[in-house]
Amino acid sequence: MKRRFIIWVPLTVFVVFAIIFAIGLYAPVARTVPSALIGQSVPEFELAGALPGRPGLSSGSLRRGEPRVVNIFASWCIPCRAEAPQLEALARRGVPIDGIAVRDRPQDLAAFLTTYGDPFATIGADNDRQVQLNLGSAGVPETFVIDGQGIIRHQHIGAITNADVPAILAAWEAAR
Amino acid sequence: MLRFARNDGLGLVAFFAALVVATPSLADSLMPAAEYAHKQLPDARQEAQARALMDTIRCLVCQGQAIGDSDAEMAGDMRALIRTRIQAGESPQEVRAWLVSRYGNWVTYDPPLDGTTWPLWAAPLLLVLFGLWLVRGRFKRRRKG
Repeated sequence: MKRRFIIWVPLTVFVVFAIIFAIGLYAPVARTVPSALIGQSVPEFELAGALPGRPGLSSGSLRRGEPRVVNIFASWCIPCRAEAPQLEALARRGVPIDGIAVRDRPQDLAAFLTTYGDPFATIGADNDRQVQLNLGSAGVPETFVIDGQGIIRHQHIGAITNADVPAILAAWEAAR
Repeated sequence: MLRFARNDGLGLVAFFAALVVATPSLADSLMPAAEYAHKQLPDARQEAQARALMDTIRCLVCQGQAIGDSDAEMAGDMRALIRTRIQAGESPQEVRAWLVSRYGNWVTYDPPLDGTTWPLWAAPLLLVLFGLWLVRGRFKRRRKG
């Protein structure tokens, strides 16, 4: 009686494993890595201005009582061109946007802003990507909504499409 | 579609010449790599620590590779971050904790023992115990015989 039970154990174990593997194989893969800092205070950082004569960005300026949107971008990033009109639209609605230019040369950045528009109040130069890593951002473009106390409230990964604008606007309104 | 006549040698040459000249649309910047992306630390013991850590930190853009194995620019920047922090006297555990606090356990190939990972440690023990229970009957019978 017991032997008859045991003889089914290997098959049962195999079927259980096959089901687990099938679930893992067919589940949609999460390609995005969200920041673990959402809901937490923005880490201390200080970036010099990415363009001569324009202000840079520091964590202190994100704690001045007014919610802000921080856009991590680069002139060499193709999707950043696609989201430029949506950033302009947010800026027109009165959303203050700060830029973090990742590994960007001033001449490339200036040409990018001339071509695709410049909605940025300040642009910090993250030449060695250390501030991007410090924020838990895994690529360009990414966008953070930060409330007036410097708490990260929302993260958008990838280019902002028209359909994403209401969610970012709502997160910014909610942070007021 | 590109099409070539069977003996269109010139067309083929022109096609491959165009491939050489074309600039690939890389997702990389035009800036040089970080200093410590490819350069070892002067202190061999610190370099060994940094390398061991790099082999267990997951690349954010080339998911599935450790940053020690990756040619991605971001992996180079993460290697530079690790080397700089190790050189400044931080322990590998501290640097790993710093990265985990930014990216979650996703970023480490050395996951901590917690509520979701305990089966990784418990399963081998349970399987060994189950195996012992299976063979126990055999040893008993052999002694009788």
